[in-house]
Amino acid sequence: MDESGTLVASPPRSAKLQVEGLSAYYGSKQVIQDLSIDFDDKSVTAIIGPSGCGKSTFIRCLNRIHETVPRARATGRVLLDGEDVYTIDPVRVRRRVGMVFQKPNPFPTMSIYGNVASGLRLNGVRKPALVQERVIRSLKQAAMWDEVKEHLDAPGVSLSGGQQQRLCIARALAVEPEVLLMDEPCSALDPIATSKIEDLIFDLKRDYAVIIVTHNMQQAARVADKTAFLYLGKLIEYGDTKEIFERPKVKLTESYITGRFG
Amino acid sequence: MKFDRDTRRKLFSHVVSVACLLCVGIAIIPLGSILYESVLKGIVVINWSFFTENQPLPCNPQFQSGCQFGGIFNSIEGTLLLIGISAAIALPLGILGGIYLSEFGRHRFGDSLRFFADVLTGVPSIVVGIVVFSLFFLLAQQGLIPTNYTLSVLSAGVALSFIMIPIVARTCEEALALVPNSTREAALALGVPKWKAVTSIVLSTGRSAVMTGALLAIARATGETAPLIILDAGSQFSFQPSAGLHQPTSSLPFSIYNWVQSAYPNWIADAWGATLVLVVLMLGISVAARLALRNKYGEGGVV
Repeated sequence: MDESGTLVASPPRSAKLQVEGLSAYYGSKQVIQDLSIDFDDKSVTAIIGPSGCGKSTFIRCLNRIHETVPRARATGRVLLDGEDVYTIDPVRVRRRVGMVFQKPNPFPTMSIYGNVASGLRLNGVRKPALVQERVIRSLKQAAMWDEVKEHLDAPGVSLSGGQQQRLCIARALAVEPEVLLMDEPCSALDPIATSKIEDLIFDLKRDYAVIIVTHNMQQAARVADKTAFLYLGKLIEYGDTKEIFERPKVKLTESYITGRFG
Repeated sequence: MKFDRDTRRKLFSHVVSVACLLCVGIAIIPLGSILYESVLKGIVVINWSFFTENQPLPCNPQFQSGCQFGGIFNSIEGTLLLIGISAAIALPLGILGGIYLSEFGRHRFGDSLRFFADVLTGVPSIVVGIVVFSLFFLLAQQGLIPTNYTLSVLSAGVALSFIMIPIVARTCEEALALVPNSTREAALALGVPKWKAVTSIVLSTGRSAVMTGALLAIARATGETAPLIILDAGSQFSFQPSAGLHQPTSSLPFSIYNWVQSAYPNWIADAWGATLVLVVLMLGISVAARLALRNKYGEGGVV
């Protein structure tokens, strides 16, 4: 629906990211079991499930950061616009699939400006004007430009937790990814900071495919177009968020959503 | 006298803390006496010309007149040259080695490297001196380097760098291990190649601790004497830049060693002065190492 409340034809949904038969391991322990799922472009998908069900590991496979952990590996296919990310150089994959982590992790030695500019600078963007333009745009996208424009030289770690997390989002956006992965981005934040991030996620889906892991079911219900329920490394149910929360088809999903375990 | 259990415990606790304090007191007596003695005996000869003049000729006032105290200019010069040469070799190699151990060497090969680095740290410095002497001698025999490099400021600098490399590598590794993994992942997730993430993000996050390790290694090399006795056994002259690095030089530790066993009062007095300068220099490096730990962003950085 548009602002006046009339129904507008939604553009045809296309799968930005298609996961086919993904399995992930730490050593000999398998944490993701032959998982297949499609993620839509320009929408938010939430991944919910109890602690230890493999949510984080799963999205860490999508930008190939899972394999940077010693003895960790993954098999299966992850198609980004039809191209298997496991056949592309992982560095190139991560430029297209950005990530925001559970705990805000700005670079401790860098200023606010330096943090947002870091991805560009380290990827060889040398033109200061271009860097500046992207930094400003990313900070605006992350809805924090007005808060920090007066002190861009202040250290990134001097910000509050919620601001740090939005700074990390701005940093991820500055390299212009196509997909944004968020691994429980609000779990270390208070309710006000959380609601700011949620508003931000809502804005971000105009431009990006956002995949957010959350253990907060209300959050999934608030921000996500679609929701996937994971349990013990398996995809139990996947569908429109409204369907999942109001009419889950699988008994297990219903028990989890109604709080009978998890 | 009979105590109840609580009183006994409290009393025992007091006795133990006093005993600990006493042990600490005894342990710092040597340090105190070093400072006391070197200041007391060293301050006598220290004036401006002590830093600007070269070492004096040996002189005994009982038999000669006009004895000069001279100075330690050529010793300081030699020490700075040795530090420069050894740091120029050891810091890049040690830091790169530390980066390898911390970021890439988390497997059996890295473990054995770590073990050898620890063993190397414990090798007596005189042995390092002999090894470097043999190395330069054999290279000269093969005609690969001129013979006169064997006993020179260069070979001594190389020997000191051998002593520094494992220290720098291990402290650098430990410094980088303190950088949280989330910082590494943040860099990798931006699509930064691993080598770039390590050299620009991880290293700069841990830079103050790396710097501390480097300074402590320099302090160690500054006071090292044994390899100098073999390789760079003094010169009464200033360094001649035109003569290159194959000339021998003096240095603070070697001058002290040389002068203090002589029978000449002016040399013995100068040895105390040089001791004071060396102690203050080492103290200065240690303080600089501590200050390096306080980085610009306070608690944000890693110590």
